[in-house]
Amino acid sequence: MSYCKQEGKDRIIFVTKEDHEAPSNAELIADDPNDPYEEQGLILPNGDINWNCPCLGGMASGPCGSQFKEAFSCFHESKEELKGSECIDNFRDMQECMQRYPELYPQDEDKEGSSQAEPGSGSVSADPAEGSASPPETDSTAAASTPESAISPDSTSPTDNRTAS
Amino acid sequence: MLKCRTVWKKLAPLARASSTLCRQNVRRAGLNNGKMPSCVPAGHMSTGPAGGGRENQMYFLLVGVTCVGGGVYVRDSLPASLQFPSHTPYLLIGGGTASFAAARSIRARDPGAKVLIVTDEPVPPYMRPPLSKELWFSDDPSVTETLRFKQWNGKERSIYFQPPSFYISAEELDGAENGGVAVLTSKTVVHMDVRGNKIKLDDNTEISYDKCLIATGGVPRSLQVIERAGEEVMKRTTLFRKVEDFKSLDKVSRNIKSITIIGGGFLGSELACALGRRSTECDLEVIQMFPEKGNMGKVLPEYLSNWTTEKVKKEGVKVISEALVKSVVCKDEKLEIQLKDGRLVKTDHIVAAVGLEPNVDLAKSAGLEVDSDFGGFRVNAELQARSNIWVAGDAACFYDIRLGRRRVEHHDHAVVSGRLAGENMTGANKPYWHQSMFWSDLGPDVGYEAIGIVDSSLPTVGVFAKATSKDTPKAATEKSGTGIRSESETEDTAVSPVASPTPAPPAVLQKDEYGKGVIFYLRDKVVVGIILWNVFNRMPVARKIIKDGEQHVDLNEVAKLFNIHDD
Repeated sequence: MSYCKQEGKDRIIFVTKEDHEAPSNAELIADDPNDPYEEQGLILPNGDINWNCPCLGGMASGPCGSQFKEAFSCFHESKEELKGSECIDNFRDMQECMQRYPELYPQDEDKEGSSQAEPGSGSVSADPAEGSASPPETDSTAAASTPESAISPDSTSPTDNRTAS
Repeated sequence: MLKCRTVWKKLAPLARASSTLCRQNVRRAGLNNGKMPSCVPAGHMSTGPAGGGRENQMYFLLVGVTCVGGGVYVRDSLPASLQFPSHTPYLLIGGGTASFAAARSIRARDPGAKVLIVTDEPVPPYMRPPLSKELWFSDDPSVTETLRFKQWNGKERSIYFQPPSFYISAEELDGAENGGVAVLTSKTVVHMDVRGNKIKLDDNTEISYDKCLIATGGVPRSLQVIERAGEEVMKRTTLFRKVEDFKSLDKVSRNIKSITIIGGGFLGSELACALGRRSTECDLEVIQMFPEKGNMGKVLPEYLSNWTTEKVKKEGVKVISEALVKSVVCKDEKLEIQLKDGRLVKTDHIVAAVGLEPNVDLAKSAGLEVDSDFGGFRVNAELQARSNIWVAGDAACFYDIRLGRRRVEHHDHAVVSGRLAGENMTGANKPYWHQSMFWSDLGPDVGYEAIGIVDSSLPTVGVFAKATSKDTPKAATEKSGTGIRSESETEDTAVSPVASPTPAPPAVLQKDEYGKGVIFYLRDKVVVGIILWNVFNRMPVARKIIKDGEQHVDLNEVAKLFNIHDD
C-alpha cells in the first residue's frame, strides 16, 4: 500500500512494487526515426556512416582517422560475399598507422582479451568525451513499435544491444 | 580470404574489450567510482543496409578498435611548438571538455581538418569530474602525478582525454596531410578581431581563423570576505577547479588538522565527502558550511536535501548549515571564520566552492553579447554567437528550444554542446536538442543522475520505492493479497489535487527512507527536470519525457516507466 504526503510545494509518493506492477498509462509521443535534430547512430538514415557517432570513440578523429574512414567506408560499401574482402589494403594501412601509435590503439591482445570476461562490461576506455548520446533504438526502432516499448527500460538496457563478439 | 580472417581475428580481442559495448549510464550500486557519460552501443544500424547479426558482428570487429582514450598514460610532454601557425581553419579557444569534444567532432566530419586548440593551462584537455571524486579515492600514493583513476568498471584511465601522441605539434599543423589536432598550451587569447577573423595571444602572436569556437569555461568565484581579508587568509584558501588545484589541495590536506569547505552545491559537497572519507585515515577535521538549510539546497527539494545532509555527515563531515560568512581573519597561523549569527569556526585551510564566473574576457574586443541573467556569451539555439563564432560549455548561454534560454555548467553538457558546436562549425546547423545530463555521488549510499532544469524552487513530485521492512506488522498484512486495494489507493492519492495533503499514515510505518526513486521538477505542469535517485540506466526514459514536454495528469504513472523497484 502506498502513501503520499505534501511538504509545501513538494509532493512525495511512496510506492510498493505491487503499486507499480500495472503498466503505465502515461502517454508518450511517438519518436520520428528520421528527426534531423536527434542524435544519430552509427548509420545515418541515408545509409552513410556517421563518423561523429560517439560509439566510434576517437577512431575517425585521431591520427589514423583517415585510414580508419577509408577502411570502414570500403567495408560498408562492400557487396562481396565475404563483406570487406576487397578492402584488405585499406585495413592494412589502418593497422600500420595504428601500430605507430600504440598508446592510442592498444595492440596487446592478451591484455585486452582476458581483461573482460563479459563483453558488456568491457567499456575499457569508455570515452568521457562521447557524451550522453541517446541509444539509437529510440530513433531507429521500426515505425510500428509503440513509443512506450521504444523507451521501455528493457530496451534501453545495454544487454539487448550487445551482439556476441 | 585467409588474410581477411586474420585481420578480423586481430581486431576481435579489441572488439571484445571495446568501448563500443560500453553501457549507457551504468553504475554499480555502492561503488563510488562515478561514471563516464557513455557512448552509444554500436550495432544499432538504424536504417542501414539490410544486414543480419553477422554484419553487426563485422561492424563490431571494426569498431572494436575504438579503444582509444588514453588507456595508457605516458608522461611525455607535448611536442614543443616553436612556431605558431599564422592561420588555422578551425580555432578553438579554451582547452577543456567542450573544446576537446568539438575538436573530435570537427575531425570526424571534415576529413583532414586542421584544428588548433589554444589553452591557458600548461596541459592538454582533461576531464574535470574525477578531480572532485575518483582521484580522491585512489589507493595509489602517486595519484597526483599519474592522475589516473578507476572507472566504474574497474578499469583505470587517465583524466586526460588523449595521451600526448594523439596531438600533433602546432608547427606541423599547416603541413599535415591528413590534418590533426594541435594544442598550444600556456597561451591566453587576449584580443579577438571579429571583422578580421583573427585573434591575438598574450605574447602578441596573431592567428587568423576561418571558424572559431569560444570554450573558455570560467573561473571559480571567490568570496568578498576572503578577498578583503588579506594575503594571509588568501594563501590559506583554495579556489578549486583545475588539475593544479587538485594537486595543491591534496598536498595541503595531508599537512593540516582542519579544513573548511564553503559552499553546499555539487563541488563543495563532493569535496567535503572526499575529504571526509580521508579524515578517518589522517586525523583531519572536515567542516562544510553554506547558507542553505541542507546540502544541494538549491537543487534538491527540502526533504531530500535534509536527508542528503545526514548522509554527508555520516561521511565524516561537520556540516554547518544556514551559515553566512561575515569575516575571516588569520590569527597565529589559524583561520577564524566569523559567521553572521555569531558562531566562530577555527580552521587551517578554506576551500571556496561558491560557483563559477564564466570567462567572457573576449566579449569586449570581439563585440559579443553577454547575457545579463545567466552570464556567459549569448548564443542562439545552434550555439552561434556571430558568423563564424560559436560558443560551447560553461561559458555558453544558449537557447534551449525545449527548456528556454539557459547556461549549464556540467561535464556532459560540455561534451554535448562541444560536439554540437563542432558539427555546426562543419555545416550541420543543428539546434541544441539532445539534453545533457549530470550526476553526483555523495558517499556510498547516495548517487543520482539528473537531466534538465533541476531547481529546488520549482514544485516537485517525488516517487520513491517504499522501503520493504519485513518486521512491520503492516507489511505482513499487505502480503496477504490486498494488491488490488493498494493499487486503487495509489490511484486515489495520486489523482487527487495537489493541494490537499493525505492523512498521516498509520503509526507503525517506518521512518521515511528515500532509498531510491525518481523526482520530477515541474514548470507550468510540464516536467522540465528529472532526478533519478539511486536508480540507474534509465536516463533515456527521463530524456524522452522532457523532450515530449507534455502535461502529464498523473506523475505516478510516469514514474512507473522507470521501474524503480528493479535492481
